[in-house]
Amino acid sequence: MRARWYLYVPLSAALLATIFPFVWMASGAFKPRQEILAGGASILPHNATLENFRDLFTRTDFTGYFLNSGLVAVAVVAGNLVFCSMLAYALTKLEFPGRKLLFGTVMTMLMVPTVVTFIPLFVLVTKMGLINTYGALILPFLATPLGVFIMRQFISQIPDELIEAARLDGAGEFRILFTVILPLCGPALATLAILQFLSSWNEFLWPLVAAQTEDMYTLPVGIALISASANSVNYGLLLAGATLIVLPILGLFLFLQRYFIQGVATTGLK
Amino acid sequence: MTVTTKHAPAAVNPAAGGSPNRKPAWRRKQAIAAWVLALPFSLLFLAFMVGPLIASLLISMTDMRARDLRNPLAVAFVGPGNFLDLFGDEKFLIAIRNTLYFAGVGMPLTVAVALLIALALNNGINRFRTVFRVGFYTPVVTSIIAIGIVWKYILEPDGLLNHALGTIGISGPDWLHDTSTAMPSLIVMAMWRNMGTLMIIFLAGLQGLPQDVFEAARVDGANAWQRFRLLTLPLLRPAILLGCVMISVYYFQFFEEAFVMTGGGPLDSTKSITYFTYDQFGFGNYGYASAASYVLAIAIGLVTLVQFRLLREK
Repeated sequence: MRARWYLYVPLSAALLATIFPFVWMASGAFKPRQEILAGGASILPHNATLENFRDLFTRTDFTGYFLNSGLVAVAVVAGNLVFCSMLAYALTKLEFPGRKLLFGTVMTMLMVPTVVTFIPLFVLVTKMGLINTYGALILPFLATPLGVFIMRQFISQIPDELIEAARLDGAGEFRILFTVILPLCGPALATLAILQFLSSWNEFLWPLVAAQTEDMYTLPVGIALISASANSVNYGLLLAGATLIVLPILGLFLFLQRYFIQGVATTGLK
Repeated sequence: MTVTTKHAPAAVNPAAGGSPNRKPAWRRKQAIAAWVLALPFSLLFLAFMVGPLIASLLISMTDMRARDLRNPLAVAFVGPGNFLDLFGDEKFLIAIRNTLYFAGVGMPLTVAVALLIALALNNGINRFRTVFRVGFYTPVVTSIIAIGIVWKYILEPDGLLNHALGTIGISGPDWLHDTSTAMPSLIVMAMWRNMGTLMIIFLAGLQGLPQDVFEAARVDGANAWQRFRLLTLPLLRPAILLGCVMISVYYFQFFEEAFVMTGGGPLDSTKSITYFTYDQFGFGNYGYASAASYVLAIAIGLVTLVQFRLLREK
């Protein structure tokens, strides 16, 4: 195979430009304050320090933000795996009145932006007495149309004969779903889990509105509010925070990139 | 929301209602099992998505304010008043202009760059293919808030970009505090973050193209540009359409980028419709804010429709 340098050279340059902000972020996180204020383009810090990270954990409730984000994301993933699979199985393999209407409604809601629903959602959650609780952060994301979409695509490819056989053996629909269908859905469940974890971890507008005291902030909200409230921006602290927001996702992504990319390629959605 | 709770049982019941023509027992049993399976999702979905979507339209036609939270049903109906006010509100008109600017420049730019990268990757890149794919996709998975902070750091007047420009004798502007450069900076950042998604979609599309057609064209003497213009582009139309729709729906809602990097400034030059809605919500004007968000939703719906029509033809 001859080397296509005219493709490799520009692509590599573009790749470097794409990755560079992350390198610069991590480098800034280890630079002491004076070095950041002095500017300069040195990638390696002259006097690498952990003081930004120490400040982050002592001057802000960073551990709390981290745990909140993690807890909310895990709950959202679990809810979607269960509820979306249940609905997707019913929609693809069972006959029931109202099926078309339900499916149409769910698919229509794929397109509706968060900004349209957050005000009534705020009123609703406030009236339920849930504002500024985990319930407020989790409940609105437990059942998402995207999850149904992904699971439906996968379940519809499973042959009906398999289900018929299980029915003849006397299995009920719940048993069929959990013992026959879901064990075959590994890749779809993985894709769904990853996409939901990602969107929950990065969600901003709703937690910004629903979390009102610092002990309920998620990572993006906590960091964004530190950034917006400070008079003079403490970049060292913020870059340390940004690095720690990005790191878990980056790790997950590098290990499971196949599922991430499959998710986008097959659903066309983020 | 009363709207939601009232609707939920009505939508869930038809299975129990039964139909006039008798169905065999196993079908009834299956229908009941199906509804039991569908129930948890449907209840959550109605309460937290469909209900709020309808309620949002109702609220947009009232003068609801933050103090009405105690008794949300006691608000006055103002009809299309909020919508009329919006289109006389200088700030809202600026927000519309900014949103159109961001999406109108950002969408074609992102699509073009993603297409270029996908074409390059699909034409003889065999080594390090995964490295490239993963690398270009990385910004997509990271939090916009984290990314916004890094870009703001790079774009500071004495930041890395101006430092680099300085070494070649150019004195760069204060990117995020200048009304003429703030929006372009946000657009470039958004392109950087989102091109990976489209690249993956275009790559999937390119890999699905029939190779024999391209072989035949090559044999017939079509050069690379002709093959691209007359074969690749038309065949890739569905993927490009999907990419355009997705990215414009996303860009029309832009908010986080501006929230972290510019605070909507300078002089409101990066305030989007979502940002306007968020501001009005913050001021406690729930009715007015809901109306603004509905204008955005309708605009997104229209843009999607128009794109489907434009690109689907032929």
